[in-house]
Amino acid sequence: MEIPKSFLGYKRENGRAGTRNHVIILPVDDISNACAEAVANNIKGTIALPHSYGRLQFGADLELHFRTMIGTGKNPNVAAVVVIGIEPKWTKRIVDEIAKTGKPVEGFHIERTGDIGTIMKASKKAQEFSQWASEKQREECPLSDLWISVKCGESDTTSGLASNPTVGNLMEKLEPFGVHLCFGETSELTGAEKVCAARGATPEAKEKFMKTWSAYNDFILKEATNDLSESQPTAGNIAGGLTTIEEKAFGNFQKIGNLKFIDVLEPAEEPKKGKGLYFMDTSSAAAECVTLQAAGGFNIHLFPTGQGNIIGNPIEPVVKLTANPLTAKLMKEHVDCDVSKILSREMNLSQAGDELIKTMLRVANGRLTCAEALGHREFVMTKLYRSA
Amino acid sequence: MSQPDLIIHDEKDNVGVVVIETTKKGQDCSAWIMENDKTVKVSSMNEVPLGHKIALQDLKEGDTILKYGHDIGKVVKPIKKGEHVHVHNVKTKKW
Repeated sequence: MEIPKSFLGYKRENGRAGTRNHVIILPVDDISNACAEAVANNIKGTIALPHSYGRLQFGADLELHFRTMIGTGKNPNVAAVVVIGIEPKWTKRIVDEIAKTGKPVEGFHIERTGDIGTIMKASKKAQEFSQWASEKQREECPLSDLWISVKCGESDTTSGLASNPTVGNLMEKLEPFGVHLCFGETSELTGAEKVCAARGATPEAKEKFMKTWSAYNDFILKEATNDLSESQPTAGNIAGGLTTIEEKAFGNFQKIGNLKFIDVLEPAEEPKKGKGLYFMDTSSAAAECVTLQAAGGFNIHLFPTGQGNIIGNPIEPVVKLTANPLTAKLMKEHVDCDVSKILSREMNLSQAGDELIKTMLRVANGRLTCAEALGHREFVMTKLYRSA
Repeated sequence: MSQPDLIIHDEKDNVGVVVIETTKKGQDCSAWIMENDKTVKVSSMNEVPLGHKIALQDLKEGDTILKYGHDIGKVVKPIKKGEHVHVHNVKTKKW
């Protein structure tokens, strides 16, 4: 298949391009959710991103909170942002960083005004942003404007056999076009950690990966029960035939094909070394992982599933594929790309990779994903430890 | 290129994955090896559902299960060729 050289995206002020054109109402903290949701309810064409944290956090955990908030606002799938927090200082810090992209952003704080006054002021600004964004048109953008993140979920053995290798095939085919790529899931590389580290493109990348994985593993050995309490593998994984974390990890690892990663990113960190594949230190819980990758600036996501994970994200479209014929049949409304014919050998891996490229480009051009059509907007902050 | 009953990732593997809805007891299964495109036969001792593994050889306690050509865990209960391989007879080496 000849791979199209471009897609139709929204060009942003900082030179990036979006596959979506969202106006978001971003609460800084849990207690500002009500206000943010009221504004999004008032003004059509906007979405609120409620979440559970943002108070009394400190140190690395607070920095991660800010990085996630700021990165979400900066993502090129977002046209404009209204930030609402209880206090002015943290609200302003987020607004100032998002403003560096050149996109419209305005902050409001609730203290000394109350919800109703804040909702009124923020709604006026949100209306202005929504109408402004509605005039933006899609334009031809080079393929290199795609920043593609990947993460699998509710995996079973069909993931490692077929749907994850399909993603790997896509990566091998699109890397030469200069796309950015990102995989994560530190915990679910356990068992394959040495094989994964060997894929570092430089000694620094290899070392950084092992350091990141070891920090996770030390934590697990300190906190875990002897079997990780049915979390690794999950009951769904086991039902699908996965027996051990090692088996799950080698299946997971198929998603990067034969590529090497050039750098290791902190959770929600934006890549700075140009095109190519990055590893991001993330949770393996689907919504947490995709939220972090979206905050890192990735604008389209590929999600292979075995037993049928249903996750979506409010700003980064999540394209789902499965190679499990039962999932493809029983959970059809969640599956954007069915590659189950690989198992019956009616389709080979390269054909499946081509199908996934086609599906992904249709979504990049504007087709709603299954998760978007079904209203999945899971925005889940990662919290590193207890608050002060 | 007929439809396989089992797929094996790597020539070194001692398990194969069921890719049909379920195997029948005593079913003579054809297993396709992805790595070298060869096909081998194995008789399924149990009814094994889609996605689950079948042993390609006799395995004793302490043996290593190989899949993708890599170590994915240890045998904790003897396994016969053709038997269902899962959490009842294999465990992680990690925890």
